[in-house]
Amino acid sequence: MKARIHVTLKNGVLDPQGAAVRHSLGALGFDGVEKVRQGKIIEMELTETDAGKAEEQVKAMCEKLLANTVIEDYAVEIL
Amino acid sequence: MRAAVIQFPGSNCDRDLAVAFDKVSGHNKQTQMVWHKESSLPQGLDVIGIPGGFSFGDYLRCGAIAARSPIMRSVVDFANKGGYVVGICNGFQVLTESGLLPGVLMRNAQLKFVCKDVSLKVETTDSIFTNEHKKGDIVTYPVAHHEGNYTADAETLKTLHGEDRVAYTYTNNPNGAMDDIAGILSENRRVLGMMPHPERLNDPELGGVDGSKLFESVAGSLVSA
Repeated sequence: MKARIHVTLKNGVLDPQGAAVRHSLGALGFDGVEKVRQGKIIEMELTETDAGKAEEQVKAMCEKLLANTVIEDYAVEIL
Repeated sequence: MRAAVIQFPGSNCDRDLAVAFDKVSGHNKQTQMVWHKESSLPQGLDVIGIPGGFSFGDYLRCGAIAARSPIMRSVVDFANKGGYVVGICNGFQVLTESGLLPGVLMRNAQLKFVCKDVSLKVETTDSIFTNEHKKGDIVTYPVAHHEGNYTADAETLKTLHGEDRVAYTYTNNPNGAMDDIAGILSENRRVLGMMPHPERLNDPELGGVDGSKLFESVAGSLVSA
């Protein structure tokens, strides 16, 4: 079973990297980009075959290590 | 005074920190180096240093992997029982990731690695790390980091200020840190995290001795130990 985790900065947390990407896009002529937020995707393969249990496990991983919930949100997809 | 320094793969200020502790620890009390895979600490420690560097290559988030290493469980226990801990630079990041200190160190606001001497204001003398200073003293320590932009929610900042737990602020903010915060204390005032490096300005040969006062304060407070 595969899992894909999206880790993104919480709303309201300043994202200087996203802002730098937005400026760079503007410099390349891509107008109309109002906001860029940058995050990361983590993919993993699990031995668990039950989707519900897999999601539970991955959420625990997010809370304990994969995301810093002071500034980051996470979303889990079981594939 | 008995001190230990924790070493992670990628730590690079570990020996500087040990030298700084050695200088104030007294005869035959050499700082003990503890590898991250150890599960227990040496007996009878007074203070633990978490050094600067790039533990685990800054993978995932700065300090995140180090904060979950076996030895950190013992360090957290040590701190929760009232032990003294100081984390410098990457050490500060490890302490926030381990939950011993609130907030997080984000990428510098201008997205650049900053490596220079900075002026700091001592904001509180109510800790063993700063009690040989006068409130408002200005000291110069080097900084060298890419993620030193201290960030916390409004409530946490209010608590830190209200409980006099901001230890140092920058006089000229180099990284965008909220409220110019360079170092903070834990609720029991026994855990200090700071981005600047006192251990790097701790000998005339290194260009100055401003950093010595932190280590002398610690040794002075723990003199009987």
